[in-house]
Amino acid sequence: MKQLLTGNEAAAEAAIQAGCRYYYGYPITPQNELINYMSVRMPQVGGTFIQAESEIAAINMVYGSAAAGGRAMTSSSSPGISLKQEGISYLAGSELPCVIVNIQRGGPGLGDISASQADYFQAVKGGGHGDYHTIVLAPCSVQEMADLVYDAFDLADKYRNPVMILGDAQIGQLMEPMEFHKKPQKNLPIKNWALTGAAGRKKNVIKSFYPVKGELEEFNAHLQKKYKMIAEHEVRYEAINVNNADIILVAYGTSARICKEVVKKSHRFEFKVGLIRPITLWPFPTDIIRKMSEMVQCILTVEMSAGQMVEDVRLSVEGRCPVHFYGRTGGGVPTSLEIIKKIAEIVPDNRVAHTLLQLTEVK
Amino acid sequence: MQSIYEKPKMLIDTATHFCPGCGHGIVMRLIAEIIDEWGIRDKTIGLAPVGCAVLAYNYLDIDMCEAAHGRPPAVATGIKRVHPDRVVFAYQGDGDLAAIGMAEIIHTANRAENITFIFVNNAIYGMTNGQMAPTTLLMQKTATTPSGRDPINYGYPIRICELLAVLEGSSYLERVSVSSPENVRKTKKALEKGFRTQTEKKGFSLIEILSPCPIYWRMDANESMKYIDEEMSSAFPLGVVKDWEN
Ligand SMILES: Cc1ncc(C[n+]2csc(CCOP(=O)(O)OP(=O)(O)O)c2C)c(N)n1
Ligand code: SF4
Ligand SMILES: [Mg+2]
Repeated sequence: MKQLLTGNEAAAEAAIQAGCRYYYGYPITPQNELINYMSVRMPQVGGTFIQAESEIAAINMVYGSAAAGGRAMTSSSSPGISLKQEGISYLAGSELPCVIVNIQRGGPGLGDISASQADYFQAVKGGGHGDYHTIVLAPCSVQEMADLVYDAFDLADKYRNPVMILGDAQIGQLMEPMEFHKKPQKNLPIKNWALTGAAGRKKNVIKSFYPVKGELEEFNAHLQKKYKMIAEHEVRYEAINVNNADIILVAYGTSARICKEVVKKSHRFEFKVGLIRPITLWPFPTDIIRKMSEMVQCILTVEMSAGQMVEDVRLSVEGRCPVHFYGRTGGGVPTSLEIIKKIAEIVPDNRVAHTLLQLTEVK
Repeated sequence: MQSIYEKPKMLIDTATHFCPGCGHGIVMRLIAEIIDEWGIRDKTIGLAPVGCAVLAYNYLDIDMCEAAHGRPPAVATGIKRVHPDRVVFAYQGDGDLAAIGMAEIIHTANRAENITFIFVNNAIYGMTNGQMAPTTLLMQKTATTPSGRDPINYGYPIRICELLAVLEGSSYLERVSVSSPENVRKTKKALEKGFRTQTEKKGFSLIEILSPCPIYWRMDANESMKYIDEEMSSAFPLGVVKDWEN
């Protein structure tokens, strides 16, 4: 049955359906629909809802419930995620599964409450201290928000790792028709490491402190091995119109929705525009972007930031073709016309550029 | 031959990293004794702080969890909500609980979380080499108050039990010390009361234990115990501050 929901509500309901029974949050726009929804739904399913005293407390409550073997989640928006970073580093260091929803808003500082993608760095590059990775999933519709929240809990449990859903104000507050269709859970490992009271077994300890020389290096090697496995098995992306493309756009989330429009309009151009939409931002779809870079004239990365993901695109391309960037910041959302103009600016063929510009003027 | 005094079973037979004369070892032992005597190993979950007691999980043979500096109350909350029938306790120092973790302890008390807090007040940051703690006494010399804690620059020692007592969510608050065998026995009683507060579902309990750090107090073990009785106990009066039974 189709329902009309915001991305925030869809994320909350999907978490409940995924078996999340411990939710800890702190109000912040533009994720408020999520915490409000949880305050109603969690008691209905016998779960725990706490409005914590801060994002720091909320993420540490998640840490506790995850350590005790529960499916736990928190949500916030950019400034609150900055506060959670200490906790996320500890979650990664203690190998605890959980889900963190980040409905991004503009920064730096208090910024504003409109849609932004300026948290790519703090989501994908760790954000907190130490050599760790959070699995990062980027939905571009309300439907995909729900689908990815289900997957996020499974991925977290499968790898004993925190997973972040990276949305933005647009995805979080937009209402779209959607449907919940949770698939049956895959075989997930038993949480025999969880703290339950050591009845009939040796004690379990959840920690990230390795003071004995050599132990921490060994533990880090184990983490890196796990990250390598995740990178090999969990990369996801959507590729549209990429065969024989002249130029490839790379964009995620809200920016990718706009790029899809550009791809549609490009059927009228004299050359072919394709799109790679990363669904996992970490692990990043490096291989497909590298492959494309050997076939296209150039790549254009579109973001609602001053240029963050473009660094990973460049690292994937390693100079095989020019990588350009178009971005808006501080609540600015790129329009398809702006993107087409940018394409006109960067295509090597003058004739093509001319027609493109004409097209934008007609509009 | 009848033995009258033994190492508690819950205390793992290993060297500790505590300095000679430190109070942490005494408190650790008391916790182990209670878990033994009550037979609650199977249903107890403990939290270690960031501070000199961080390695508590190497000494106690129970399920244990580390928490980031100051965050044990939030982590304990998360654990207790998953296992409301387990005995959950958090062990914290004065820097951990009364400085960086002040917001967490106040709100955990205010939510009346049914958890027992063991608060070791040694008036110093032991782990980081002896800086001022929120509980450092007036005129006490530390690494960061080299000429003594002057309230004009550094404020006053914080009395945590009295602070938490005003919250409706707190149920049992008592301040004790480990300065003498008699006081150690009282500390054990207070800890038991704290655990009983939890098993009887009476809500938030905190036992503040005045405890020596001879190393950074620059004293020997005996002088430290005397300092607790003569100086510390007048800034932090011993006794029950709040009790749900009275
Ligand atoms: C976020 C953070 N800040 C600072 C530290 C460094 N640090 C470790 S223990 C500690 C203070 C410990 O003092 P206390 O809680 O009184 O415990 P004690 O060692 O005296 O038992 C500090 C500041 C840290 N580990 N993490
Ligand atoms: S530094 Fe002080 S508190 Fe820490 S172990 Fe040594 S005596 Fe104990
Ligand atoms: Mg201390």
